[in-house]
Amino acid sequence: MSDVTSTTKLEQAATKAAVMNQLPADKESLGQSPLHHADFASAAKRGAQKGGIHLSELALLGHLTLRCDAGNLEQLAAVEAILGVPLPLTPLTSVEKGAYSVRWMSPDEWLILVPGLEAFSIESQFRDAMPGHYSLVNSSGGSTVLMLSGDNAVELLQKSTTIDWHLSVFPVGKVVSTLFAKSTATIRRTDDQRFELIIRRSFADYIWLWIQDASLEYGLVIEA
Amino acid sequence: MLHIYCPHCGEYRDEEEFHSVGQAHIARPLDPEACSDEEWGEYLFFRKNPRGLHHELWVHSAGCRKFFNMTRDTQTYEIKEVYKIGEQPTVVVQLQAVSGAQS
Ligand SMILES: [Zn+2]
Repeated sequence: MSDVTSTTKLEQAATKAAVMNQLPADKESLGQSPLHHADFASAAKRGAQKGGIHLSELALLGHLTLRCDAGNLEQLAAVEAILGVPLPLTPLTSVEKGAYSVRWMSPDEWLILVPGLEAFSIESQFRDAMPGHYSLVNSSGGSTVLMLSGDNAVELLQKSTTIDWHLSVFPVGKVVSTLFAKSTATIRRTDDQRFELIIRRSFADYIWLWIQDASLEYGLVIEA
Repeated sequence: MLHIYCPHCGEYRDEEEFHSVGQAHIARPLDPEACSDEEWGEYLFFRKNPRGLHHELWVHSAGCRKFFNMTRDTQTYEIKEVYKIGEQPTVVVQLQAVSGAQS
């Protein structure tokens, strides 16, 4: 944990100086997903409609990486006021409220997912309300989210990771950062047979190809 | 393949997720300017290479990305304990009776 417990007015001002809205000025276009070329919309219509693996992308969400002090009650209160839900302080857990979800990443780091168009407003609220020493980085462009589900979803994960996916040790809501194939992913169980994979932009195509290959024996259904 | 307990995540993970970073508990000299070349060289370059218990620094690089310490037997690869940065090991080499004169 940081030993910095208070910040001066000058430092507070500095935390706001670097804030910029990363979205284009027209407020309509959110940019392009790293899986744009895979064209999930067409694949969903033309591809298989039955199979053991269902895959969809939650493209262009707002990804905010928050680092702060889990022991600082003022910071915890500020986060709860902004997101409407307290930070998950227990390792490997997550919380969700409406369109906001927060994942424990490390004892002093959380990943917050919000709708893409809300990222800047939430970021601005943090700059206004968060006391003390903290860091908030809008990393939306650096990763994307895949939703993996179906009767064989667990088998696909077993082929791709070294994690134990049994419900008794990996309940709904649990989140792990781990190796996925030869890349990495942050994986959260959102239902018995439904998983959220947060993957790096630069590895998105590799993981897309990997999932196609790994689901050959089960059948892959793309959902738009 | 080692099965390693991360004290931050609170569960066992596969060795693939971790990196070993070498010997633990290396204190940086408080006043580097005042060090002799030998003292600075010892700090920078000289490391233990024991046969048996070794205190090592590891990082959960694919997981929580936090560092922690591990006491490991370099001969059997057995992991004796893991503990957080700032903590001291409880499993240490027992000093043998120094001289044979008493026995
Ligand atoms: Zn860990």
